[in-house]
This record gives sequence, structure tokens and C-alpha cells, in this order.
Amino acid sequence: MEYNSSLPIYLQAANSIKRDIVTGKLSPGVKLPSVRELAVAYTINPNTVSRVYKELEMEGVCFTRRGMGTFVTEDPGKVRQLKEEMAGTLIREFLEGMEQLGFSRAETIGLLEEKQSK
Amino acid sequence: MILESREATKKYGSKTAVNQVSLQLEPGLVYAMLGPNGSGKTTWMKMVAGLVKPTSGEILYQGNPIGKESRKEIAYMSTEPYFYSWMSVADVGKYYEDFFEDFSMEKYRQMISRMELTEDMKAKKLSSGMMAKLKIAVTMARGARLYLLDEPLNGIDLLARDQIMKSILEAIDPDVTLVVSSHLVDELERVADAAIFMKDGILAKQCMVEELRIDEHKSVVDLYREIYGHGGEEVC
Repeated sequence: MEYNSSLPIYLQAANSIKRDIVTGKLSPGVKLPSVRELAVAYTINPNTVSRVYKELEMEGVCFTRRGMGTFVTEDPGKVRQLKEEMAGTLIREFLEGMEQLGFSRAETIGLLEEKQSK
Repeated sequence: MILESREATKKYGSKTAVNQVSLQLEPGLVYAMLGPNGSGKTTWMKMVAGLVKPTSGEILYQGNPIGKESRKEIAYMSTEPYFYSWMSVADVGKYYEDFFEDFSMEKYRQMISRMELTEDMKAKKLSSGMMAKLKIAVTMARGARLYLLDEPLNGIDLLARDQIMKSILEAIDPDVTLVVSSHLVDELERVADAAIFMKDGILAKQCMVEELRIDEHKSVVDLYREIYGHGGEEVC
């Protein structure tokens, strides 16, 4: 995994897991790797991984069963919500980029429709 | 706290290699010790390992001065080659087993096979990358509480670096503390909990790295540039 080292690593790793959940690479209810396994797999510090899991748990994306590990949420509503959040982020970034290039919202939508009809 | 350095100073004649360095190490954390050549990293590590005595100040391990007892729990990997040239990889393991009670031959064998070394290889015939892997394997096969790794990533290729990084990551435990020195600042960026910056023998700065990113949106490399005026690429 590639990281931007000016941004908190735990947020980047958490986003990577969220993406895997949204795309179905990680199924609902599946057990996530242990802290140590994920640390080695991502070559990041285990303390950072603990923070990733804590963050995902706080957001309701994952849950912990005592002594058993961390699992992906089984709530389909949560997965849908994650998907919408991610789509929202992509669209916001795209619109900001277009705005910086000087396109009005209407022009941007026009361009999108043109692309789609081709 | 596992280790405390209280104004530790080491002078060699008129040269001060380490100048009143005060810092504390907490268990369970990985410290990146950064700074150019001659900034005092190695001398400080040698003082912690008990190989060099401070000229003034002191270093306490679990509250006691460095000595015979601390050496049982502190594993130090130096940059200098320290195996006899006639030794085979198996001999190196036996040598360590005789020296250190916490050495696990089983763990050593696992590590050397994973690192694609074989027991019959002779130390003198190893490439620099293989030697770096052997040094890490024999050091990490100890069950130490504090590991001091001096430049474990220096002068080796990317693949060997990954393997060494893995061995370092696997050793991390709530009861274990690691201090890893390097010129390759960005290599340690993702692995370190905290960074210690040494400059001209002085402790220039110490910080937690995720907090640095969260609070100041800075990477360790960014901070390194601020402190030394370059990113560490041109040294080595």
C-alpha cells in the first residue's frame, strides 16, 4: 500500500479497509486480520493498526468480539452508507477540481452528459 | 518507562560525541533515531548497550545503571561487522546461544530460512545484503526487552529491506521497545511511533509521528528537512 506520509497513516489504512468493504473484497461479518498480521501486511506499526481498528469500531464499520478479534459489520445499511460517503468524497473532489479549472456547475454537467452519450 | 538517559555525555578527547542527551523510552514503542553521520546516534546506542561509558550524566535501564544485568535484556546490533570470518551461519547462532540466555535457536533457524540464508554459508562470503539479514536474524532471535538497531537498512537492496522491516515489525510487543537508527528517514516513517532527532551530539527534537501528521500535517521527512536543511538523501 502506498501512503502519503504527511497524512495520518491510521486514517489512510482505515480508508483502505473501508474501500475493501464497499467493493466486497471484505464480506460482511468476516474476521479481519489480527493487529500483528495487518501490521506486517501493510508494513505499518502495530500501534497504528490498533488505532485503525479503534477508529473503524467507533464509526460502526467493525466490531470486536472479546478474545475473538475484529469483524466487519453485518449491517447492510452501514455498508451502503460507507459507499455513499465514498461516492460523495469522489464527487466533491471532482467538482472542486472542475471549479478550479473554471467550469461552472452547468458546464460540468453538460460535459459529463456529452461524455456519457458518446 | 524502560530507559532514561539523563544528560548523558560522551567525550573523545576534545570532541563531544554525545552532549547532555536527556530522553525517556516507553515500553511498546518504536523509536526512529534520526540524524546524519556523526550526530551521536551510534555513541548513544553504545552507551545504552554498555559498550561505552558516559563521560558524565547517566543512563538508567528499569531504574538501574547500565551494567551486567541490563545487558541481558538489551540487544544491540552495531553497524560494524562482528562475526569472525571463518564462522558459518550455524556458528553465528551457536556463538549467540552461548552468550545470551534469551537467544532462541528455533527462532533463529526460522528467521534465517525465511531470509534465504542457509546454515552452511560462511560469514566471509556473504554479500552486504545477506550480512545485514544475518545480523538482524541473530539479534531479533533474542527475546530482549530493548532492541537497539544501528542502521539496519543501510546499503541493502529493496527486497532485503522489506524482509528486515518485517522482522522488526514482528518483534513489536507491548513489553518490547525498539530504537532504530537510519539515514533512510522515509523507510521508518510508517513503522515508528516516535522520532528522535540528533544533531551534533545534541537531542534536537523528539516527537510522536502520528501526532505530527495529525496536528501539523507534516511527515517525519518534512521535519527532518526543517532540522537539517535537507531530506537525508544525500548522506549515507
